[in-house]
Amino acid sequence: MSFSSFFSHYDYWVMLFLAMAGLYVVIARGNLIKKLVGLATLQTSVYLLYLVPGKLVGGTAPIVHTAFTLYSNPLPHVLILTAIVVGVATLALGLALAVRIREEYGTIEEDEILHIELGPAKNESPK
Amino acid sequence: MIGSETLILASLSLPIVGAGAIALCGRLPNLREAATLITAALLLSCVAPLLPMVLAGERPALMLFEMLPGLPIAFTVEPLGMLFALVASGLWIVNSLYSIGYMRGNNEEKQTRFYVCFALAIAAAIGIAFAGNVFTLFVFYELLTLVTYPLVTHHGTDKAKAGGRTYLGILIGTSVVFLLPALVFTWYVAGTTDFTPGGILGGKLSDVALAGLLFLYMFGIGKAALMPFHRWLPAAMVAPTPVSALLHAVAVVKAGVFSVVKVIVYVFGADTLVAQGGADWLTAIAGFTIIAASIVALRADNLKRRLAYSTIGQLSYVILAAALLTPLSLAAAALHIAAHAVGKITLFFAAGAIYTAAHKTNVSELDGIGRRMPWTMGAFAIGALSMIGLPPAAGFVSKWYLLSGAMGAGEWAVVAVLLASTLLNAGYFVPIVYRAFFRPPSAEDEHHPHGEAPLLMVVALTTTAAATLALFFFPGVPLALAQQMLGG
Amino acid sequence: MSFAEHLPVLQVVVPLVSAPLAVLFRDRLAAFLLVLAGSWAAFAISILLWLQVRESGIISYAIGSWPAPWGIEYRVDALSSLVLMLVSGVGAVVLPYCRSSIVREIRPDTHYLFYAMFALCLTGLLGITITGDAFNLFVFLEISSLSSYVLIALGKDRRALVASYQYLIMGTIGATFIVIGVGLLYVKTGTLNLADMGVRLQDMTSHRPVLAALAFLTVGISLKLALFPLHQWLPNAYAYAPSAVSAFLAATATKVSVYALLRFYFSVFGETAIFKQLPMEDLMLVLALAGMFVASTVAIFQNNLKRLFAYSSVAQIGYIALGISFDSVTGLTATIVHLVNHAVTKGSLFLLLGAVMASMGGVTLARVQGVGRVMPVTTFGIVLCGLSLIGVPGTAGFVSKWYLILAALEKGQWWLVFLIVLSSLLAVVYVWRFVEAAYFRAPRADLLQAREASLGLAIPAWILVGATIWFGVDTSVTVGSAAAAANMLLGVTP
Repeated sequence: MSFSSFFSHYDYWVMLFLAMAGLYVVIARGNLIKKLVGLATLQTSVYLLYLVPGKLVGGTAPIVHTAFTLYSNPLPHVLILTAIVVGVATLALGLALAVRIREEYGTIEEDEILHIELGPAKNESPK
Repeated sequence: MIGSETLILASLSLPIVGAGAIALCGRLPNLREAATLITAALLLSCVAPLLPMVLAGERPALMLFEMLPGLPIAFTVEPLGMLFALVASGLWIVNSLYSIGYMRGNNEEKQTRFYVCFALAIAAAIGIAFAGNVFTLFVFYELLTLVTYPLVTHHGTDKAKAGGRTYLGILIGTSVVFLLPALVFTWYVAGTTDFTPGGILGGKLSDVALAGLLFLYMFGIGKAALMPFHRWLPAAMVAPTPVSALLHAVAVVKAGVFSVVKVIVYVFGADTLVAQGGADWLTAIAGFTIIAASIVALRADNLKRRLAYSTIGQLSYVILAAALLTPLSLAAAALHIAAHAVGKITLFFAAGAIYTAAHKTNVSELDGIGRRMPWTMGAFAIGALSMIGLPPAAGFVSKWYLLSGAMGAGEWAVVAVLLASTLLNAGYFVPIVYRAFFRPPSAEDEHHPHGEAPLLMVVALTTTAAATLALFFFPGVPLALAQQMLGG
Repeated sequence: MSFAEHLPVLQVVVPLVSAPLAVLFRDRLAAFLLVLAGSWAAFAISILLWLQVRESGIISYAIGSWPAPWGIEYRVDALSSLVLMLVSGVGAVVLPYCRSSIVREIRPDTHYLFYAMFALCLTGLLGITITGDAFNLFVFLEISSLSSYVLIALGKDRRALVASYQYLIMGTIGATFIVIGVGLLYVKTGTLNLADMGVRLQDMTSHRPVLAALAFLTVGISLKLALFPLHQWLPNAYAYAPSAVSAFLAATATKVSVYALLRFYFSVFGETAIFKQLPMEDLMLVLALAGMFVASTVAIFQNNLKRLFAYSSVAQIGYIALGISFDSVTGLTATIVHLVNHAVTKGSLFLLLGAVMASMGGVTLARVQGVGRVMPVTTFGIVLCGLSLIGVPGTAGFVSKWYLILAALEKGQWWLVFLIVLSSLLAVVYVWRFVEAAYFRAPRADLLQAREASLGLAIPAWILVGATIWFGVDTSVTVGSAAAAANMLLGVTP
């Protein structure tokens, strides 16, 4: 892969970085809220994946007019609007669950919840 | 004149309907037992009329429905199945009489469940007997395992549970691991699983594949108790004695050896097996099982355990006879199914009668018991004669044909095995009879006087003993059926 | 346009509309009746669609009259009509059960929301099945997933919350992977219509983004269908969800994911030579076998029956994946037949366990000992379902096993035949743990007074048990439809 092709695809690298960062946070963090932050980052990175190829340099909004010949593809935007709605709903539900877990267990740390459920003896065993 | 299809359908559904009736009458023991007996009598009256048709060369058939595309649940009454069905339905009546005596005499629990499962087991046995293809046979074979499980574990104790585990583990295990692949492979290769005179595999498989398939079938049919998959049979001895009689004589092991003979004759075809030389190893294993089981039986003190190992040996007679692949030996296989059934059921009935009347289970405790229970021990002696293969008992006839077949084929090793096993059989049966009649009762026994078991039980075991003798003097029907089977 | 022509869209819209209406009424009974009507209507529609497909082949419906591939297409063919019937059928049976069941498990003032969520979940699952549009599939997937997270979280046990949260995390990662896969395919082909995608991919078999899309879709969907080793969310979710929810999800959610996998594999990638580029079949084979053996072994050591049978589900999904790995008509027939048979079996099993839970107060082995004595009918039903899991002839499970073995034999792989039958022996062990506990031990003293479940619980459960037996005896509907679907997926004319 040449140097220029690496940089000409920088948008994908950004997307990949965000996705991996998000996934890492989901896996590595034990705090239920932080996990959700990671999840949201992962989902957001996908928005980029869709939006980036839809944009044409010099293109404009797809409203037919004699002055313009080059239009951006509107479909990715529509799709991503839907995806954003899904993402918000997921985040909201996740937060609601975190609140309920906090009410029941008094904590939002994963290892402490495990500790409560399994007792101190089995704390090391993975669930 | 009722049509043959109706008769087959009636034979299959009667025990199921009977089971329903028994369940409904659960609270009224007399009515419940009446239901059992009436069903059993009706069943025999449905099976018997099929006999003249089969002897006349007809093959009554019934197709119910296709379970999988191309794989129907279908029934064909051919001579061997006719024989098995007659044995099963005939002995069910006797066994029911005996069960009533035994279950009441011992105040067993859950008698309703017992009779229901018993009737269902008979239904499954009839299904196996009349099965028109391997697929149908397999379905009823599995059904038989499952409905006999509650019978084996009847007492619900830890011992019963352990016995049930072995029973189910080996029977389900072998049938799923060996028999099911064998069945699917047969279907895949031959495009049919119908039992056809002359077999359906001729020329379709290489020698090695044929031998492999035979291996799968023989060990897959775990109910035939070929070693090393024989341990379920002694394990199942925890069951009440009428169940042991059912397992050993009426339904389960008979279903096993019946399936073995049927598969060899109608799926492989004796000629195909002879041509491709696939069955030699089977002769060897069956011979080994006969000797090994007899030696174990010799050392067993528990009477039922001794009988169980005797059964394992006797079953391998049938397998050995089938594996020889000569016409005479195949006839012997068919005959021995009937002969062993009446003989072994007599022995088990006697064992149960001894338990009910004297609460004894070990051979070493039987000194002098023949004087108190002359009918029981007399019947036992006749059964033992049949097992050893001496006249005037049924076992002699089948053993005669088997020996003739082996000699005709020049299989001198087989002849040697048969002679050795005859001696061994005598070695473990004669002492029992000797103890019963010629040793004085122990001092302790003098204080616990007892007589014969309940009348129903004595009637039942006398009947089967008489049948054992009758089959020696009048072997016409089974012989005719065996010849029909070989004639195609 | 006549009414009949709009059936495909009504299939989704009817249950969808019942959800907000149920919320608006804010009344337990009204909500129940609305959603019940919606789900029964959906079942009726799915039967009509199935008959129609069998008569005259594939039905294509353009949403808003925008023709495909520009508009969203709803596409009903041999496979999707079968899955639609399965999902809506299970929904129609489980809903009446909910009414008796959730009284004990969920706060009465939230019942109307439960019904609304149930309707949404049903809508989502039906939508995934009927749509012919990749992005639309994702949206429906999220509708069903989000509502199922809520349904699981409604469980009485507080562990239900944690289970639901875990499922939310795993499920969302899975869904995000699916969108990434769809996005990559969209970038390469410029279309979202599944059938159109398949055609356009034919020229780009070795392009790396397409291979990446296959990988993302495989992982994403495998997470949703709980393919071993991506199954961690499933046992807890099934174990702590309300009984009715366990039954509904066990019977439908993973099955619809299998459907989505089949769609992408065979309708999109199958047209091309992409499978030749990656060892997908070997991968599926290994994971399927691992799932069959590991999950069954784990199931043997479970003491909570719901968890036990949840692990059994993971193992059974192994069978389904095994069928896919054969890549043959018989193998796919086995997959599709088992998809239906296992759904019916597991559905009835969880319904019966719910009945046990209602009477005995729990489903740990220690608590249900002797249940054969206090609840003989229900216990007998559980045993029947267990026999189906083992694959005893006369039950639905046998039919699936038959085709799996046949498929392995067609490939000449005897070792696989033996692995398949050996794994069913593991099922014997875990089913018999229940049998021995139920029949050989005396009931706990405080539970001697327990009685059979009410008819409201028993009737729906026994309808599904009946189906388990029926599909084992008369296979014309299941095997017939599955074979037709397998032929269609592989483009074979029978």
